[in-house]
Amino acid sequence: MAKSVVPKAQRSFEKVNEIVRKYEAKESMLIPILQEVQEEYRYLPEEILTYVATALDISPATVYGVATFYAQFSLDPKGKYVISVCDGTACHVRGSSPVLDAIRKKVNLVDGKITTDDLRFTVQTVSCLGACGLAPVVVINDKVYGQVTKEAIELILDELIQKEAEGDN
Amino acid sequence: MEKIRSASELVSLREQIKKELSKNKLRILVCAGTGCVAGGSLEIFDEFKRLLLEKNLDVDCELDKEDNCNNNNSYKVAKSGCHGFCAQGPLIRIEPEDILYTHVKIDDVEEIVNETILKGNIIDRLIYKNPSTGEKFSKEHEIPFYKKQQRRALANCGIIDPESLEEYIANDGYSGLSNAVGKTPQEVIDDILNSGLRGRGGGGFPTGRKLQFGRNSKGDKKYVICNGDEGDPGAFMDRSVMEGDPHKVIEGMAISAYAIGANEGYIYVRAEYPMAIARLRTAIKEALELGIIGDSVLGTDFSFHVHIKEGAGAFVCGEETALIASIEGKRGMPNPKPPFPTDSGLWGCPTVINNVETLANISLILDKGPDYFKNVGEPNSPGTKTFALTGQVANTGLIEVPMGTTLREIVYDIGGGIIGNKKYKAVQIGGPSGGCLTEDHLDIKLDFDSLKTVGAMIGSGGLVVMDEKTCIVEVARFFMSFTQVESCGKCVLCREGTKRMLEILERIVAGKGTVEDLDLLVELGETIKDGSLCGLGKTAPNPVLTTLKYFHDEYLHHVENKVCDAKVCSALKVYAIDPEICKGCTRCKRVCPAGAISGKVKEAHTIDVLKCIKCGACVGVCAFNAIKEA
Repeated sequence: MAKSVVPKAQRSFEKVNEIVRKYEAKESMLIPILQEVQEEYRYLPEEILTYVATALDISPATVYGVATFYAQFSLDPKGKYVISVCDGTACHVRGSSPVLDAIRKKVNLVDGKITTDDLRFTVQTVSCLGACGLAPVVVINDKVYGQVTKEAIELILDELIQKEAEGDN
Repeated sequence: MEKIRSASELVSLREQIKKELSKNKLRILVCAGTGCVAGGSLEIFDEFKRLLLEKNLDVDCELDKEDNCNNNNSYKVAKSGCHGFCAQGPLIRIEPEDILYTHVKIDDVEEIVNETILKGNIIDRLIYKNPSTGEKFSKEHEIPFYKKQQRRALANCGIIDPESLEEYIANDGYSGLSNAVGKTPQEVIDDILNSGLRGRGGGGFPTGRKLQFGRNSKGDKKYVICNGDEGDPGAFMDRSVMEGDPHKVIEGMAISAYAIGANEGYIYVRAEYPMAIARLRTAIKEALELGIIGDSVLGTDFSFHVHIKEGAGAFVCGEETALIASIEGKRGMPNPKPPFPTDSGLWGCPTVINNVETLANISLILDKGPDYFKNVGEPNSPGTKTFALTGQVANTGLIEVPMGTTLREIVYDIGGGIIGNKKYKAVQIGGPSGGCLTEDHLDIKLDFDSLKTVGAMIGSGGLVVMDEKTCIVEVARFFMSFTQVESCGKCVLCREGTKRMLEILERIVAGKGTVEDLDLLVELGETIKDGSLCGLGKTAPNPVLTTLKYFHDEYLHHVENKVCDAKVCSALKVYAIDPEICKGCTRCKRVCPAGAISGKVKEAHTIDVLKCIKCGACVGVCAFNAIKEA
């Protein structure tokens, strides 16, 4: 397959350098380094994984291995709003599946995709947020919503979508 | 504050703080656990502050502002850790009267200040009402949910401000550590051995013996690790302790470190618990500044430093060897034991790993003594145990009861019974590695050994209550899908076997299962248990095996009659139109995506079961409720 003729976007590695330096380029600090990188870019871009490997003097395979092992890391860009639907036991028996379906429908996600094409929304399930007393639970970015129903989440999303639409104008 | 240089300085500081705190006439505690924060408790906290300031009432006694506290009439608003009664949140507790307000909204704050704070009147609307009897309770300790509990590990949760080291010290905090450093390390281990404490993380291994192994191991560098990777879906005990009483965890770690001769510790916390991480960070910083931990613990030669490691979302990291690999920056995959971590753990050094609740109990034992610890519970499982009570039960939340309390007491007395007076069906205990307890088990004592006899385990302590509307096969499928995703892939039987088991279960809930499938599940399950290295694989088949044992008929109905008794499995539903009720409006016919409904206008319609895809769309549009599930 022919490679794209456009040169790879010149990413600024400054921020990555800063993160690597903060952890003294220690191999044992790989996970916190990747966590901070992900916080910066919202995902782990491939060229940055290679860059981190070089900086830590370990093989890219090791970095890639760690990045793909943990559920927290994503190699694909995530949306501006990350909607996490808790699918722990308590949430599951109290009806998290219909809530998940309603969210996916609302933001138009089909065919197993988890992020919308406009990179606005990522919808994912998480195993347990430990807020079982409030089941079912949905977290949008850092805000926790408890005892969510299909109807309630639709209202919340309507508001978000509206806010986004206003931001565009 | 100045650094503390000895145990006696800690005692005098405690007295000083107690004196200052007693000047508060009234204390308003706003629950700031994850559950209540989600309900807006932080805004409620700010509103209390604002209103009290506005009325010139907030003269919050702070230790460094002596002159503020000249009058004995001050009010303090504080954030507390999780009260455990999460379903009733946001919760406000008013001391010293012990008034508990539930479901508080920001608009209620002004009324609380005007009526309760200033006039001492109780607001009827905000107090707890028993959903089944309607009985009302204004005081926290009188509520049945709390009455049967014995909160020891959780004693401070919901009572103190987790971000205040002073409040922890005032409540006898760090006196366990101060007692420990006054003893020899062996005496500390003997105390814990004497107490009979068993690890609260699941297996129930005697903690004292683990510490003894760590102490006996040769090595200049040793580590203690706090396992806060509470990955069990449906469990949040450790989160509540880390959020509500972070110093107790640090104290337990420092005591363990002293006992085995370590001077460094790691707290491994799930990244899904951001608030626990933040509170632990604050706690470590404050304890360091006061000289309680650090280079010279309470002025002794013993030094102890502690770091936080955030997990990155892998259930298997709750297993100790996987957790160690994760701290080292590797993929969190388990290693064969032996060598046990107490011989060769973190970076090959002797390492003792304990669960959060175990550490909280270690602090308790060194503070109050081993006899106090074992004066409740069972002879072989002494002490108390926290459980996360969730699912279809009236009062969900975090509870702590003596070991050996029966399931019936927990579900009916503390939990208030099943929601909507439905029938109890089962309790899933110990999450995806535990087992199912049926109605026949309601009187079983919950302790390590009794549970083992029925094929279940305490695990970390999640109790998910299920009613008659829960399909047990679907629940088993749910657990299997969880463990299948979380299998790290190292052992073939766990990696491939869980996948095959999941496929079979998916087939059954889709109405395509056979009777032979049930035997195959048992065979696979037993094989996976035998052929897996770590606890994940060894216990992953448990939910399926126990439900197959206790709910065999329900599985049989799924595979033989293609019927889901709980009417949960959509593929097994059969829809029919009641010709008596149907008005022939054609709405269902128009909405059916499979063209399965036929009938003329104003005549009763019928559903062709062979064409029906069981989507339920017709039920949703029928204005006359003529379409029934059978």
